[in-house]
Amino acid sequence: MHYNSGDTAWVLASSALVLFMTPGLAFFYGGMVRAKNVLGMLMQNYVAIAVVSIVWVFISYSLAFGPDIGGWGLLGNLHFFALAHPNQTIPGYSGSTIPPLVFVAFQMMFAIITPALITGATADRLRFAPFVVFVAIWSIIVYAPIAHWVFDPNGWLFKLGAEDFAGGTVVHMNAGAAGLAIAMVVGKRRGWPKEPMPPHNVPFVLLGAGILWFGWFGFNAGSALGANVLSAHAFINTNTATAAALLGWILVEKIKRGKSTTLGAASGAVAGLVAITPACGYVDLWGATIIGLAAGIICALAVSLKFKVGLDDALDVGGVHLVGGIVGALLIGFFGTAAVSGANGLLYGGGLALLGHQAVAVVAAGTYSFVVSWILAKIIHKTMGFRVSADDELEGMDTALHAETAYELGGGFLRSLASSGSPEARIGVPQDPPLIDLSRKPGERR
Amino acid sequence: MKLIVAIIKPFKLEDVRNALTREGVVGMTVSEVQGYGRQSGHTEVYRGAEYQTSFVPKLKIELVVSDDVATEVVEAIVEAARTEKIGDGKVWVLDVEELVRVRTGERGAEAI
Repeated sequence: MHYNSGDTAWVLASSALVLFMTPGLAFFYGGMVRAKNVLGMLMQNYVAIAVVSIVWVFISYSLAFGPDIGGWGLLGNLHFFALAHPNQTIPGYSGSTIPPLVFVAFQMMFAIITPALITGATADRLRFAPFVVFVAIWSIIVYAPIAHWVFDPNGWLFKLGAEDFAGGTVVHMNAGAAGLAIAMVVGKRRGWPKEPMPPHNVPFVLLGAGILWFGWFGFNAGSALGANVLSAHAFINTNTATAAALLGWILVEKIKRGKSTTLGAASGAVAGLVAITPACGYVDLWGATIIGLAAGIICALAVSLKFKVGLDDALDVGGVHLVGGIVGALLIGFFGTAAVSGANGLLYGGGLALLGHQAVAVVAAGTYSFVVSWILAKIIHKTMGFRVSADDELEGMDTALHAETAYELGGGFLRSLASSGSPEARIGVPQDPPLIDLSRKPGERR
Repeated sequence: MKLIVAIIKPFKLEDVRNALTREGVVGMTVSEVQGYGRQSGHTEVYRGAEYQTSFVPKLKIELVVSDDVATEVVEAIVEAARTEKIGDGKVWVLDVEELVRVRTGERGAEAI
């Protein structure tokens, strides 16, 4: 097998770019929650990186990209369990110019960010250990099958002709549908929507959005699995759609409220990145611009739906990722053009066939993700208790779940004074009992 | 001696400080505070959701002056802090019983 070093280098670099998206997402979300929950949010994202990194190389990679079980296109077998046969050509990727292990690494980063995206819907109210268990099982029974259906050349949606260049259905719709399902199971945050829960650090949100935008070039242009003309199309389309979506979102704000906001600009950029993800290797500049603009406008309007239906999708994973993913997936049916790659859509003389395939993929992936995620969340909720206690929720995840606070008033001086009267004890020797939890007796249930 | 307490709009601090320097005031304490009066908060919008914030950020200035200059100092603060829009703040004056300079132990007007 002859590998191309340029292609290999680009996909390796892209893998690192995509990994960096999850810390970016953590800050995008972390800035939007209240100050008492920011560490809880960051922790969920970082632990998702760790859990999925392990689960992926041992099990779920093989289920997603291993030889198809029975030729149904539903799931791969355990041929690649624990990265067995690491240099064997992946079924359906015989023309690949990169080593299989590079593909394993690149796809792993997608598997990581998908459950991380869910944390925005369920923000401020999940217990930590059940969340870890949920992520591990979810990436095996929800992510791996959908990745197989859509990304694997032997998957049933791939064979049907549904197009998803970089994961609009596998990553974004999937995470959006799952997020709504779990938010339904665990219920809304106490006080929502009557109590104000504004973002505690909008600059974090913009920083996170910038990291996402940067990393997304790996996500989309890397999905060409080579450094070539197609990756260049994906790169330009990604940036153009994101720009159009940012402008679309803040235009809606300007018209509706009279003022454009920075949070709106960050949200619009992410909505555009989501929507162009499935389409970036299949559309031309016109398609990318319209998909971006449509996503910015539609998502800006969609985020207020949660108040109408009373579902506390805290950070709008449904409104941005589910809706944005659907917008992108369906608009491929109109704007897909063989001049870039793939099939022609409705507006490029391809008729309704592609749109039909896209609709099937949207319904299938969305339904499977929602239903299985709901069942899994329900089981975890009944057995382990998915939701924090009322006291812990009021106290905030940072101290209640992780025994830390993000921001120290007075540079920590006030607390060091409070912990002990003697100057010697202030130098950082841990005090026993710890400062927080003074009111709790040992063994007392939280 | 009088303790003068002034609540002002944060961006008016430089103006007020310059005015007080011209009056011969040599020190003050400033803190960031939040509160509301007739302005009664403001509205913030995040992703289309409106939040009524009842507390508005302000600065609180505290300074001790001798009785004879108190009126002029108050006047200087009021003139400098005024924008003639709602939310300009308040100034009030209290009697000070005792004042001690920590470094020297000087008491009363000498410690100002």
